[in-house]
Amino acid sequence: MRRTVVTVSIHAVLLLSAVLTLLPLLWMVSASLMPPGEASALPPRLLPSRPTLEHYGSLLSRLKLAQSLFNSAFLATVTTAIALFLNSMAGYAFAKLRFAGRDRLFRGLLAALVIPGQVAMLPLFLMLKQMGVVNTYWGVIIPGMASVFGIFLVRQYALSIPDSLLDAARIDGAGEFRIYRSLVLYVCAPILVTLAVFTFMGTWNDFLWPLVVLTDDGMYTLPVALANLAGEHVQDTELMMAGAVLAVLPVMLLFIVLQRYYVAGIMSGGVKE
Amino acid sequence: MMRRGMKPGHAFVAPAAIAIGVFFFIPALASLLLSFTDFDIYAVADLGRLRFVGLANYARLLGEARFWTALWNTLYFVFIGGPLSVAVSLGAALLVNARVVRLKPVFRMIFFLPVVTTLVAVAVVWRYLYHPRHGLLNLMLAWIGIGPIDWLGDRFWAMPAIILMAVWKNFGFNMIIFLAGLQSIPERLYEAARLDGANSWQQFRGVTLPMLRPTFLFVAVMTMIGYCQLFAEPYVMTQGGPAGATLSLVLLMYEEGFRWWNMGYAAALAFTLFVLMLLFTLVQLRLRSANETTPGVGRA
Amino acid sequence: MGSEGEMAARLIPEFEQQHPGIRVRVQSIPWSAAHEKLLTAYVGEVMPDVFQAGNTWLPELAALGALEPLDNYLRETATIEPGDYFAGIWDTNVIDRTLYGVPWYVDTRVLFYRADLLHRAGYAQSPRSWEQWLQALHAVKAAAGAGRYAMLVPLREWQVPVIFALQRDAELLRDGDRYGNFRSGRFRQAFDFYLGLFRDGLAAAGGETQVANLYQDFADGFFSYYITGPWNLGEFSRRLPAALQDDWATAPMPSVEGGDIGVSLAGGASLALSSRSRRKAAAWQLIEYLCAARVQTELYRLTGDLPARRTVWDEELLAGNPRIAAFRAQLQKVRSTPRIPEWEQIAQKISEYAEAAVRQTMSADQALVALDGDVDRILEKRRYLLGDHGHNRILQ
Repeated sequence: MRRTVVTVSIHAVLLLSAVLTLLPLLWMVSASLMPPGEASALPPRLLPSRPTLEHYGSLLSRLKLAQSLFNSAFLATVTTAIALFLNSMAGYAFAKLRFAGRDRLFRGLLAALVIPGQVAMLPLFLMLKQMGVVNTYWGVIIPGMASVFGIFLVRQYALSIPDSLLDAARIDGAGEFRIYRSLVLYVCAPILVTLAVFTFMGTWNDFLWPLVVLTDDGMYTLPVALANLAGEHVQDTELMMAGAVLAVLPVMLLFIVLQRYYVAGIMSGGVKE
Repeated sequence: MMRRGMKPGHAFVAPAAIAIGVFFFIPALASLLLSFTDFDIYAVADLGRLRFVGLANYARLLGEARFWTALWNTLYFVFIGGPLSVAVSLGAALLVNARVVRLKPVFRMIFFLPVVTTLVAVAVVWRYLYHPRHGLLNLMLAWIGIGPIDWLGDRFWAMPAIILMAVWKNFGFNMIIFLAGLQSIPERLYEAARLDGANSWQQFRGVTLPMLRPTFLFVAVMTMIGYCQLFAEPYVMTQGGPAGATLSLVLLMYEEGFRWWNMGYAAALAFTLFVLMLLFTLVQLRLRSANETTPGVGRA
Repeated sequence: MGSEGEMAARLIPEFEQQHPGIRVRVQSIPWSAAHEKLLTAYVGEVMPDVFQAGNTWLPELAALGALEPLDNYLRETATIEPGDYFAGIWDTNVIDRTLYGVPWYVDTRVLFYRADLLHRAGYAQSPRSWEQWLQALHAVKAAAGAGRYAMLVPLREWQVPVIFALQRDAELLRDGDRYGNFRSGRFRQAFDFYLGLFRDGLAAAGGETQVANLYQDFADGFFSYYITGPWNLGEFSRRLPAALQDDWATAPMPSVEGGDIGVSLAGGASLALSSRSRRKAAAWQLIEYLCAARVQTELYRLTGDLPARRTVWDEELLAGNPRIAAFRAQLQKVRSTPRIPEWEQIAQKISEYAEAAVRQTMSADQALVALDGDVDRILEKRRYLLGDHGHNRILQ
């Protein structure tokens, strides 16, 4: 009897928490479908009186959000691809290859985790200006090409690759890069998926840096375009909510599909700490 | 297999290391140098107008009320929002992990959803939720008889409003880490405790909490370090207002650096933030090494 | 920028037809981010060829060397005549005797109010002296009922306290714009008047959230007065319910004494040419086109922004609109803010300390002393560059 009471109450709390957690997101979707002005009705409404897609239409056509959607998708994909390559190579090397200065270099890189990104922002902007890549895709890609966190994740995972496996391949005459390409990437697939999702999500959601480095509204990523829209259309609640849905939906879908890997990656990283 | 010259290992780490070195470490160092100058909009036009001012920017920062406001707000966010976030995460993890719970993956996914959302989008949504008259939150409070609160317009409630939103956004992430920690506690410890006659609460205090300690420390410090960098929420929701109640260090740095182009001063602010975060990290390392010794033996 | 950013795109197709071979891309940025975006673009060397800039920003951009001097272009053109512009506005574009921008539209602040609510409170029209205006505000608030206000004053805007100061003839800066002068008696009087509005419950302290719903609140009668600019002519027409369209009106600012109308700000936006543009000739043609009288009329029709050219004002479209009359009158009495690069920073400081004083985290005295302190510090570099002999090192 006591068991049932406990079970029911735990489920009740969980259910309530789940509803509260989802509430802002559900309202966001609901408001995005409301006709103009309805989201600010008094008293506040929960559901649209007649759902409409007009705001999505406005955003994608008149307000150029389709371009921002493309920019975000393109940048996230390219950055993730490059980052996967660079970070996995380095992570594997730090874990399994022996070379002069390996441990010192790794510890040095770890120091970067302590320095907040914002410290580097101003001179980085000036540096990229000299390179002529301000307001270009490269301006956003370059700072995201490699990350200490990514290297760290891969290294942790790669440490568990059996040396015997690698030595066998070397005895067979395979070059180091071949080993990396055919063997290591395959074995590390789970952590690579995690890293990919992590990097994609991070680039997609990145706000401050694209805000600074992209001045052309045709280059804006989705968060920057959204913030811009919020500045001008703060009175158009429903429009803003539609914009928010567009910003949130792709990554959410990606996450739901790949959550097994992503969550496993975080859990392995967290516990081994 | 010792060869002179570049080994494959070097080639593998070179691209990433160079990228990080050139595009992160060098600018970070340059920032330090920049903080000793009065680089501003005049200097942008003509470098000849740059002056080396030594520690003047730091002196100015220490004397400026706005800096202390930003520091106070940031620490408020870190030391109140941080523990709150960790507590909520732990609570959620404990609930989801309970043996009697069905559909664990579903709940886990729901609680994690806010984490993957774009912060700017979420900030926009919450700004509307917080509206004193049109917002959902005050509507719900009215159901339980609490009068309308001007969440983002009242100097007292603005920071709690931001904290609430940040907790909602982040608790799922730490919850997953706690879940991992909880699931790694061996069942036999609980069995042993039960054999000794311990009830649920005593099991929690005697087995769960101590075994969770390393995870707890990790989560706590990582969260606090992350919270030091508060920016997007106040930028989108309040622009640092009302009356500077939600002005954070990074927001102040952005304002000074990218709005007014007082880059020398902004660099000094950035470096001060760095020192703050370094202190937190050192605290973590100190706590962890103290934790590494077996309980009861005392500090090494 | 702002609403004209989106509308301006409609002006372009005709230009491209008249000038085949020139393609124009329009970008719009909200006003709140425009200033920093322009500066970022300048530092990043990605300025647009032609851009709109608030005329208070021109000194800053000129000091940066971001603006192309336009005197030569002006000499060659037939369509732009300096005499056709409001004198006070044209002046804001001339820095150190060189022309750096062409006024595109004018902006000043006047009173927008609910004529029906004012009428209900017992006033046929909006009073012209501060004293009578205060009485009217009290009456309106009383008639509106509990929890409502007479006026909305957004706390993020520096314009309102500065307008009151200008009406009191206060000099905001002293010594050749080298030091702050906010502790002066006149500024203090204006500041007290401003603070009094909040103290007496007449003004709703407008935070971000209040401004987000201002049209709704104006329609609801939550407040009856709002000091704002011409863009709201268009916005009010668009966003207020049809039933209310006869119930709102505009009036020039009241003056301290009440004899003539009060002073207001000489605002507005100009079109400028980037000094680093690689298509200056084409860019100038675009500026010429956008400043043509015909296009100015069209701009007004699309956005409600008031044209900078005076001949356009005589057209039926504007002359026949009673709400525009307030602006026309007001534009005869405008004064500009100090034309220095640091003005935007100083303006923000004013709004910060005004907010602090309104919310009573500081007393008025403390706020003004602190404001002077901050402004003095902001101007330090300017003092250094101007040197002891007044030799101007700012513009080479």
